[in-house]
Amino acid sequence: MVTTLQLNEVGVRYGKQEVLSGVTTPVLKGGEVTAVIGPNAAGKSSLFRRIAGLLDGPGSIRIDDVALRPGPSPVCYMPQDTSVNTVLTVYESVLLARKQGAPRKVTDEDLQEVDRVLFSLRIEPIAFKGLNELSGGQRQLVSLAQVLVREPKILLLDEPTSALDLHRQVEVLALIRSLARDRGICVVLAIHDLNQVLRVADRVMVIDAGTMVSCGPVETVITPTLLQTIYRVDGRIERCSRLCPHVIIDGPLEAA
Amino acid sequence: MAHSPAIAMPKGRGAYRVLVQRKKLVLLALAVVLVLSVIADLGLGPARYSMREVVMALMGSPEVTEQVSVVIWDIRMPVALMAVVVGAALSAAGAQMQTILNNPLASPFTLGISAAASFGASVALVFGVGFLPWAIDYIVSINALLMAMAAALFIHFMSQKRGVTVETIVLLGITLVFTFNALLALVQYLASEQALSAVVFWTMGSLTRATWPKLAITTAVVVISLPLFMRRAWALTALRLGDDKAASFGVNVRWVRLETMMVISLLAAVPVAFVGTIGFIGLVGPHIARMLVGEDQRYFLPASVLSGAAILSLTSVISKSIVPGTIFPIGIITALVGVPFLFSLIMSTRRRAW
Repeated sequence: MVTTLQLNEVGVRYGKQEVLSGVTTPVLKGGEVTAVIGPNAAGKSSLFRRIAGLLDGPGSIRIDDVALRPGPSPVCYMPQDTSVNTVLTVYESVLLARKQGAPRKVTDEDLQEVDRVLFSLRIEPIAFKGLNELSGGQRQLVSLAQVLVREPKILLLDEPTSALDLHRQVEVLALIRSLARDRGICVVLAIHDLNQVLRVADRVMVIDAGTMVSCGPVETVITPTLLQTIYRVDGRIERCSRLCPHVIIDGPLEAA
Repeated sequence: MAHSPAIAMPKGRGAYRVLVQRKKLVLLALAVVLVLSVIADLGLGPARYSMREVVMALMGSPEVTEQVSVVIWDIRMPVALMAVVVGAALSAAGAQMQTILNNPLASPFTLGISAAASFGASVALVFGVGFLPWAIDYIVSINALLMAMAAALFIHFMSQKRGVTVETIVLLGITLVFTFNALLALVQYLASEQALSAVVFWTMGSLTRATWPKLAITTAVVVISLPLFMRRAWALTALRLGDDKAASFGVNVRWVRLETMMVISLLAAVPVAFVGTIGFIGLVGPHIARMLVGEDQRYFLPASVLSGAAILSLTSVISKSIVPGTIFPIGIITALVGVPFLFSLIMSTRRRAW
């Protein structure tokens, strides 16, 4: 059965203040990658935290057509990078991510899965480095390993490539893309680079000022109008010599 | 398939297994140090016995005189074992406090829990003395326990408020230390001369107050608490990656914190209630454990327990060795010995904990 995720009038409240409201999506299916874009502080992270069950709010979140209830959830969420100061090795931190809510004893299967994930992200050379010795990019890869090792059905990634170099960005996004397809994972990721969105995503959701502005296939949503209204920049979407669409920015929108 | 994952994989697993074996060896070494220290502790006192005599007395050998046997079993044993369980309890409490508050400065001592217990005890010592002389041991302990729990709960609930950072919690702990010290001073001011000396001596912390029943209660608290922590080992380790991450792994962060805090307050309060305030074990023990085995709770907690127990036991040995025939209050020695020791460890280690 294909995993599905659907949001209906989902919002987030901090106390009385509403930071996000009325997010309704079509059915997002396993195997698809949905990119969430929008300016800083638009409410993207709040939306992710709401779907992951870390925040309360109105609306309903349906997974496999069943309303999400508090408690263990099939959603794996990778928060934005935070530096940690803990004496754990990369290997231990990935293993512990896998052992949450699982039987206490470490099995051979657990260790195999950790090895497999570290290898797929090509971070096995740093497996026995301390978390506090890593660079920002390495930390991000480790965070990604921590969610992948949990064998998610629904994967929420909050800016998973923000600290990575170009090679790693391309590599990680390709990995996410292929994981979604091969394992039928429903991936939702927040990302700022619109050209990467064009390459990797099936669908794009635009969040601005606490509401969902649009949601649909990538090429119908990412338009010069979007660049102007959401990002206040002048730009074009043009096809390159290989006919792939690219976002070209001409400059900031002149104040009227 | 020349670069197939299968070739690279065993490296990670194998290396991890080696790491785990090494951690287990460290735990074993700590246990050996602890046992040797306890034997030395039993041999020291106004009359000194050799290690051989102590071991023979422990084994019930007929070669040792009855006098030696009585001194070791009835007089020194409760004190020596009290050092072990008190060290274990305070160190475990400190370790888990540092874990759930995500703060290297957290310990029962620095967050005011010990000060609260001291205040509770002093109230009993000063105002309770005349009323129920037959139960004085337990009034003091119960008061200390209640105040310690109140302080722990206060810190817990304040730390749950939105926007409260780790720094705020430490500041809050410091205010508690000052508040309870002021209240303690007030009680001392109002106390009779006899009660005053009892309070002063009590706040110094001394293992010579140990009796078998007190030892039994403290041991029971440790024995009950540790499995509760171990059951949550993975969740507690996950807390060290930050609340967001732990919660995203499905850890009920609030509940784990509350449960852990309650157990901590019991672990921190009971020893203080029985032997007075003994500082720094709760700070030093976990730091040593962290340097030795890292923060995987499955090894970090046992290592904290063993190092705390070993340090307090060694301190007890030292407190008897400085001036032969005299036993210094151990609360004085822990700080004087523990701090330079921790300091040298921090400066010498490459694997810096914080």
